[in-house]
Amino acid sequence: MNYTDFLKMIPEAVLTAILVITFICDFASARQTERKWMNPLVSVMFAALTVVCLLPMAPVHAFGDMYVTSSAVNVIKAILAFGSLIVVLQSRSWAEASGKEGEFYMLLTSTLLGMFVMVSAGNFLMFFLGLEMASVPLATMVAFDMKRNESAEGAAKFILTATFSSGVMLYGISFIYGACGTLYFDDVRHTLMTVIASGDLTKVFLPVMGLVFFFSGLGFKISLVPFHFWTADTYQGAPTTVTGYLSVISKGAAAFTLLSILFNVFTPMDRYWHVLLMIVVVLSITVANLFAIRQGELKRFMAFSSISQAGYIMLAAIGDKWPTSVSALSYYILVYVVANMAVFSIISVVEQNNGGKTDIDDYNGFYQTNPKLSFLMTLAMFSLGGIPPFAGMFSKFFVFMAGVDGSDIHTTMGAWSYAVVFIALLNTVISLYYYLKIVKAMYIKHNDNPLPTFNSDNNTKFALALCTTGILLFGICSYVYDWISMAA
Amino acid sequence: MIQIEYFFILSGLLFFIGVFGFVTRRNLIAMLISIELVLNSVDLNFAAFNRLLFPDGSEGMFFTLFSIGISAAETAVALAIIINVYRHFHSDQVNSIENMKW
Repeated sequence: MNYTDFLKMIPEAVLTAILVITFICDFASARQTERKWMNPLVSVMFAALTVVCLLPMAPVHAFGDMYVTSSAVNVIKAILAFGSLIVVLQSRSWAEASGKEGEFYMLLTSTLLGMFVMVSAGNFLMFFLGLEMASVPLATMVAFDMKRNESAEGAAKFILTATFSSGVMLYGISFIYGACGTLYFDDVRHTLMTVIASGDLTKVFLPVMGLVFFFSGLGFKISLVPFHFWTADTYQGAPTTVTGYLSVISKGAAAFTLLSILFNVFTPMDRYWHVLLMIVVVLSITVANLFAIRQGELKRFMAFSSISQAGYIMLAAIGDKWPTSVSALSYYILVYVVANMAVFSIISVVEQNNGGKTDIDDYNGFYQTNPKLSFLMTLAMFSLGGIPPFAGMFSKFFVFMAGVDGSDIHTTMGAWSYAVVFIALLNTVISLYYYLKIVKAMYIKHNDNPLPTFNSDNNTKFALALCTTGILLFGICSYVYDWISMAA
Repeated sequence: MIQIEYFFILSGLLFFIGVFGFVTRRNLIAMLISIELVLNSVDLNFAAFNRLLFPDGSEGMFFTLFSIGISAAETAVALAIIINVYRHFHSDQVNSIENMKW
């Protein structure tokens, strides 16, 4: 074995270094009662990681094609690192209050390491390892508030569904192994081509079953609709910072991996998974929107909103062309990261000043006392809903464009993909309704005793500034989309 | 030699018994055991496919080993979380952790 291959995994090596440094610092300062330097240290390291990921890197093939990167993979890694930086920045006051900040940053770093391994896997074994490295520490992060009942409840639901879904996914992978005799993505694709071309129904059966099980296993992770039951409870129960992390970073990484496996491994079976994906996307967007309308708890509301956003993310995979699909998906994730993290940072600030309550009614008259925070929340809601000058509109536009790209409306499948995009378009109107409900609560609804005026700490302010810059500029500066589409 | 079909049927049975148990059991530990059945059916599938269909390589065997190790890690975390649930609710029944609804 050639150990120099480890040096080719630059982002993973940097993450491992962050993990080790955090561990040593946490260990060495275990007796200090206040560790105010911890968060700035970790933030600086994550900023460095983002910069490293942004540097142009040549595509890498290491460990006999177990680890494969392309420029699109590097872009999604940079986006995930940037999102984690925002999470770390805004987690400061909550993590210091919990008294276990070292453990929190270590768990966060190790899940991110798992996601990096997952998006750059070239083999189903490597993919599975990355997925588990990501989801096992995530469960412990959901259970992080050990004193709150909801946190324990949410974590139990998360770990049971995560384990179950990886069992289902593995069953699918075992079928694919049985059909192809290999687990390397490239070899599986080549074998599947001959199997599908033979048209022998007994031979096609095994990979199709494998595809269905695999898809439903990953559907659990992205929380697409028939597999979404854990989402609302886990999101409500988890600490707000962790909910933000779950809803953007973990979802983004899993969605990218699903897209890349569907396009690069199951290429010969596209007529099977296109149908599957269309049904799931339409269900996710519609059902989640209808449920979101009736929520009275803001974190639960954001959970249903994130299910419908997951539907929009996967809409990009309905298209036929890899470059447009992958750049639309990465761009959507980037815009979703800034908008959603802005919302969760504000929820977290409000929660800490409101005795842990996150009901939407608590936001009535929020504008009277905290005009700046409510303005930022409004921007983020507008971006999530897709109102024009903000980035959310552009990301939705690119996703819709990718959804119909290369499909001919005169064929049956082409007409169906147009129909799916049209349904998604109608659903943006519904989503606008419930996003504006929050805005209405903050600005219009009258409240005799609104929340008191409060100040957030500097790190949260910086995180919010990053998010707002993203919401305002990622859409208007065409450079951002160019950078992503150039890499695809 | 035992035919591949028998392994296939056995693992399918194990898988669906596990899924059925996961859906119907009302006890967190029993749900965890059902998940273990699902994971064991996967291990059986990989080992049998490797031994009988593709005896040249050993990818399936390696996958089985990794999957056993990882499922052990998952179970450890799940048990820790279930203990935490028990401390909060003094019960390991599913209906005791249905406080958040709709």
